[in-house]
Amino acid sequence: MNLTTTLMTILSTTLVYAAPLIFTALGGTFSERSGIVNVGLEGMMIVGAFSSSVFTLNFAHTFGDATPWISLLVGGAFGCLFSALHAVATVSFRADHIISGTVLNMMAPALCVFLTRIFYDGKGQTPEIDQGLGTKTIPFLVNIPFFGKVFFTQTSLVAWFAIIVAVICWYILYRTGFGLRLRSVGENPAAADTLGINVYKYRYIGVLISGFLGGLGGAVMAQSITLSFSISTISGQGFMALAAMIFGKWNPLGAMGAAVFFGLAQSLPIIGAYIPGLAGVNSVWFQIAPYLITIIVLVLFLGKSVGPAADGENYIKSK
Amino acid sequence: MKLKVKSSWVIPLVAIISGFIVGAIIMLIFGYDPIQNYASLFDGAFGGVYSVGETLRNMTPLILTALGFSVASKAGFFNIGGSGQYLMGWFGAIIVALKFSFLPGWLLIIVSILAGALLGGLWSAIAGVLRAYFGTSEVITTIMLNYVSLYFVNFAVKDWLAGKGEDSSPNIAAKASLRGNFLENLTANSTLHWGFLIAIIICFVIWFYFNRMKSGFELRSVGINEEASKYAGMNVKKTIIMSMLISGLLAGLGGALDGLGNFQNISVSNALPQVGYDGMAVALLVNYSPIGIILSALLFSALQIGGMSISVYSNTPTEIVSIVTAAIIFFVAIKYVIELLLNKRKNKPQKKEAVKEEGAGK
Repeated sequence: MNLTTTLMTILSTTLVYAAPLIFTALGGTFSERSGIVNVGLEGMMIVGAFSSSVFTLNFAHTFGDATPWISLLVGGAFGCLFSALHAVATVSFRADHIISGTVLNMMAPALCVFLTRIFYDGKGQTPEIDQGLGTKTIPFLVNIPFFGKVFFTQTSLVAWFAIIVAVICWYILYRTGFGLRLRSVGENPAAADTLGINVYKYRYIGVLISGFLGGLGGAVMAQSITLSFSISTISGQGFMALAAMIFGKWNPLGAMGAAVFFGLAQSLPIIGAYIPGLAGVNSVWFQIAPYLITIIVLVLFLGKSVGPAADGENYIKSK
Repeated sequence: MKLKVKSSWVIPLVAIISGFIVGAIIMLIFGYDPIQNYASLFDGAFGGVYSVGETLRNMTPLILTALGFSVASKAGFFNIGGSGQYLMGWFGAIIVALKFSFLPGWLLIIVSILAGALLGGLWSAIAGVLRAYFGTSEVITTIMLNYVSLYFVNFAVKDWLAGKGEDSSPNIAAKASLRGNFLENLTANSTLHWGFLIAIIICFVIWFYFNRMKSGFELRSVGINEEASKYAGMNVKKTIIMSMLISGLLAGLGGALDGLGNFQNISVSNALPQVGYDGMAVALLVNYSPIGIILSALLFSALQIGGMSISVYSNTPTEIVSIVTAAIIFFVAIKYVIELLLNKRKNKPQKKEAVKEEGAGK
């Protein structure tokens, strides 16, 4: 295998695994920037993966080739709906954010497998999806010498889409009035309140956006990697996205970069065989690597309080 | 913790009832009979000595992971790594029981249990050390360590313990098992083992530790106010590491007892053991009270064991009990609302109290 093909394989596998993490990590950024800690990303992904799988299985005839793409939106919508539970609990009902997030992580697999058994004759797994998102070669861009072949041949379209979304998210958070207000309620809710910003409203919006993006991430997982839904469809990706968000210092672009890095780490067991020198390494190291690297990076490069100042604190408006 | 409630059992009770109601509503929506299902749940958990034995046996790891979670929480840390520590404990106990099988039975059991507990303790102490010296969030490190332990144990079981092409270790020798004729005869050959008794004793030990010992007091004090504790001359770093170590020891002990008493071996698994998360639920329901955990574990254990009967006597998916469990914890989480409603019902004029809540996450 020549260099170009090797690079192409590594890159496309990395992107396939990175896409769900990018969306979910971006979701986490919105929630935590508004001051609501979100350890429930895993649960939101599960709901997204489940709802998108059910949608694809039922409507593949109606929508044809567009089905997997529409199913991503469906996954996002249900993720958004599910995250409302977290929003109500933390913003309105003063629940501890981590406990509430943990409830999401407990509720999502229970509810989704429960429904899977009802919809599919008692089986804990949905049937396979006929067509997933797959890989595509992007026209025009592929004609760029060398880079075209490496970056845009047989690549994950949805991952490129995720990268674009990351840039948009960065623009929204750091270059618009909406973003400024959203960040302000996560840094100093009392001050924001004094300036007439509706703290509760922005926190609701932050959590709901995270639910949408988390659900979308879960849907991407189901539509491009597992191609069905079961209890093991989402196994830790939500937590990894959470780590990517922290790794990326609560910044959409940083989170995206970290997610791509984790994508690379996750695809190592698959692509390790193609990389000279890595072929002989026991695959357990590749499996452990992303988690170990996260811990090491956190210890080395991040101290305590780099997150939003009021992240995790309930805001209680005083009279 | 925040608002004073007259009796500490009101919140859990309301949460439990509400959780069951949510479960019933969901069953009704999908055309299942909640009364029949709850009846078979109860029957499956308590209808006969065998069922009771199973329920009690299943309490063992729940109690210990819940205690572990509580110790960290009392010190102000969110140890979400109970699953990983439990798994390490399970692995540690089994590997020692298999590799040191030449030891006499009683010694083998003690050494295996200690090995498991210690492995779990060291595993979570990593997070404690990183938290104490680098300020790294224990929420993230324990989550990451969970997955490291999952893949490590899978690898170790396959490469070190299992035979070629197999996915589980051989069974431990009968002399290393915590099961005994007495308990088996008593409970019609259920899997109840002596680990249950150990778990109950540990509950009282932890109660004593929290309420009667200096170290336990320091631990709670750091949980309430780290700065004040430092000012009062306590060694905060030591207390942080200590709390995480004890927390992991307990979860690891849970894994060790479950391994030696219940499973008798260890297998490759593709997901983290659920019991770590269930233990969190057990502890949250009773607000980390070591004695309350016994009752709370009984409830969740009964839900799990009885839940299996649900799908035997009807075609309702077993997962309904997990939904009920999650719902119960949801209601515990929003206890502020429950308190508000309870106060209103008493028709007392609602006084605004200055409440400052802080997330446990940072």
